[in-house]
Amino acid sequence: MKRREFLSKSFKVGAFAGSVFTIPGFYNNNFSSKSYASSNYDLVAIKGGEPDIMFDEAIKQLGGMQNFVKKNQKVVVKPNIGWDVVPELGANTNPKLISRVIEHCFNAGAKEVYVFDNTCDDWRRCYDRSGIESAVKNAKGQIVPGNSESYYQSVSIKNGKKLTNAKVHELVLDCDVFINIPVLKHHSSTQLSIAMKNLMGIVWDRRYWHRNDLHQCIADFSAFGNKPTLNIIDAYNVMKKNGPRGVSKADVVVMKSQIISKDIVAADAASAKLFGMEPENIGYIKLANQLGAGKMDLNSLQIKRIIL
Amino acid sequence: MNRSNLWKLRVFLSIIFILPITIILADFSGLIPSSIINWITYFQFVPSILKSFTFFSYITTGFIVVIILTALFGRIYCSSICPLGILQDIVNFISRKIAKKRKKKNYRQKYLYIKENKILRWTLVVIPTVLLVFGISLGINLLDPYSLYGRIIGNFIRPVVIGINNITAFTLESFKVYAIFPYDLKVFNLIPFVITLSFFLLVLVMSIIKGRLYCNTICPVGTVLGVISKYSLYKIVIENEECINCGICEKDCKANCIDSEKMKVDLNRCVACFNCISSCPTDGIKFEHSLPKFNNRKDVFDQTKRNFLIASGIYISTLSALLAQAKKKIVATKPSTVPVFRKFAVSPPGSISLDKFNSKCTSCHLCVSSCPTQVLQPSFLEYGFTGMLQPRLDNLAGFCNYDCVICSEVCPTGAILPINAEKKKLTQLGKAKFVKENCIVETEKTDCGACSEHCPTKAVHMIPYQGKLFIPETRDEFCIGCGACEYACPTIPYKAIYVEGNAIHQTAKKNEEKDKPIQKIDYKEEFPF
Repeated sequence: MKRREFLSKSFKVGAFAGSVFTIPGFYNNNFSSKSYASSNYDLVAIKGGEPDIMFDEAIKQLGGMQNFVKKNQKVVVKPNIGWDVVPELGANTNPKLISRVIEHCFNAGAKEVYVFDNTCDDWRRCYDRSGIESAVKNAKGQIVPGNSESYYQSVSIKNGKKLTNAKVHELVLDCDVFINIPVLKHHSSTQLSIAMKNLMGIVWDRRYWHRNDLHQCIADFSAFGNKPTLNIIDAYNVMKKNGPRGVSKADVVVMKSQIISKDIVAADAASAKLFGMEPENIGYIKLANQLGAGKMDLNSLQIKRIIL
Repeated sequence: MNRSNLWKLRVFLSIIFILPITIILADFSGLIPSSIINWITYFQFVPSILKSFTFFSYITTGFIVVIILTALFGRIYCSSICPLGILQDIVNFISRKIAKKRKKKNYRQKYLYIKENKILRWTLVVIPTVLLVFGISLGINLLDPYSLYGRIIGNFIRPVVIGINNITAFTLESFKVYAIFPYDLKVFNLIPFVITLSFFLLVLVMSIIKGRLYCNTICPVGTVLGVISKYSLYKIVIENEECINCGICEKDCKANCIDSEKMKVDLNRCVACFNCISSCPTDGIKFEHSLPKFNNRKDVFDQTKRNFLIASGIYISTLSALLAQAKKKIVATKPSTVPVFRKFAVSPPGSISLDKFNSKCTSCHLCVSSCPTQVLQPSFLEYGFTGMLQPRLDNLAGFCNYDCVICSEVCPTGAILPINAEKKKLTQLGKAKFVKENCIVETEKTDCGACSEHCPTKAVHMIPYQGKLFIPETRDEFCIGCGACEYACPTIPYKAIYVEGNAIHQTAKKNEEKDKPIQKIDYKEEFPF
């Protein structure tokens, strides 16, 4: 308890001074807007290659990783590592993609790259079987546990309709750049799990979300919570049914696609279309769009489409 | 061999045995692979016997080795293999150090010869054994020294180890080092804790006051091995010619089995600690080879004992029938609307049936320590009175990880038999029951689906409900009773989905939906936006 108080106090003290860096959206929107000038695209969609190759190509269209990661910055990469299954089942983010993203971060000058998830299955087995632990280590990133409540600090979600408070992993609160790498898949509760749904892995008490209108909570957090600097949607192995865990390989279609955007709603909308669903039929995408978390209407966006 | 070398050897062996056993029982991080754990628990007498009842292989022969060792050298098991015995020596060692400091002058612990309490000793062998014949392991479960040690470590040492680990983790974390992770203990089981505490105190007090009195009055393993050690090949003998009748050996005998006046050693109770040999000022007491004598055998199995056995058998079977009635009802849902009671607790995969599990498990809690999700928790009355302390699946603490079979690999008694992951994935421990009245989708009219989300077989799946909503539906044939649904269910205070245990584990159907969504992917096709 004492420790937690200490942490939260020191967080509050540091929050003001460090707010420029601790709130990724704030930093990017206010100080680094110039750097986006080199890219006119709001969203990049690419298909037909291996996850790492596609990312190389796609990030180039956004002006390279140096547009998002500056020298000596602390980066948090948040994949989906929810389940104790092998990569081919498409329940977790592709490890190859994660490795490559971390490499790009370091090439852009990142000081540290942390990777974690608040998993559903036993976290050690998830980190191991998903191939993500070794992928992160190979890329010289740091894999961090997300299993203990002590890592999570209470944050108020101002203007949230249902979600007014959430306990968020301290690394996310403390980083300069927050990169969201979900996997696109079917989801039994929300129909689809993409970028916004993936943010449930940076919070502790997800049961609260489930009890209090899941779609609204997801939208609230996407609009008023910790916004990712960049969303990279892995749609290589796509679980088309029995999600989010999947039962067998019969659930998976190899789509070899990837979508990248700073706009989390746009990323989800494009991914939904790719999956074969209309964004306005997914509760949280529609709600997040209404809250101004991003743009659901893809026609209003500058999209770069690449077929390899 | 030099006299004191025997004592040194004993202490060395004790350390060799107690360290790994303590490590596996206190471990929370899956440090030791289960193949090694099997060898660490290999010599533990009661688990080994119980396991050999179920299947016989090289890994279950430990008790035979112990019997042979005892026949050769006496109760080596009690002195150097049994962790509870060694624990008492450690307690004793420390308490003597403290006493020495207080009194300052040449302080010598004074043990004195105590007469054997045969009736109590054999009662505590007979009752657990007869209970076991009737399929109730409660007696042996409370008294088996290895299992008791397991519970002591699990309840008192493991939390301390975890505490130290967490403090280290928190300290490192403030330097942004995440190499050590904190471990949250999810539940605290009060009554199992209290039961263990009272036994622990009993052992502590007895050992501080009277050395190995516990081993020679209460422990059934000590009693049984005592019969063999009485006739062991090597034994402690007082040499009439060398002995100067100083009585030092008696005062140093922690088993209280040397009667220096009569110059007799009660080998039945001698735990082969060799304290007497090192303390003897002359060569008056020795560990010597001698031919076994069988002339006393008759008085071990006399008629009165036989009658006592039969009588207690009848008594216990009646008692156990009564005790089996006393079973705690587990409230699973809101009793105010629809009171639903779990009829059976859920036993771990590999335990085949509740009866088999309840009759083999000695509650050493090695599986509880090894379980990565903490779903295995000591029970109180969930299995009924006679299954007290035995681990059950507690889905409020966690759920059984789909691909994990660690408990079945480490179990030293065969209560949880080895099961491979493929078979485990189809072993139905219980069935999920949906309580619509408690479900968020019904009460709040919002989407939830946490249960179905966590279900590894999609036995719980979502079906269209009012409007755009989806509500869970359970399919018994695919359910394996892992409890992921119950764990994930967010409703409070009562869950909207729970697992009803199977008295006998069944086989679930494999969820093979062959209608693969064959989407011909044309990677050159334009994007749909």
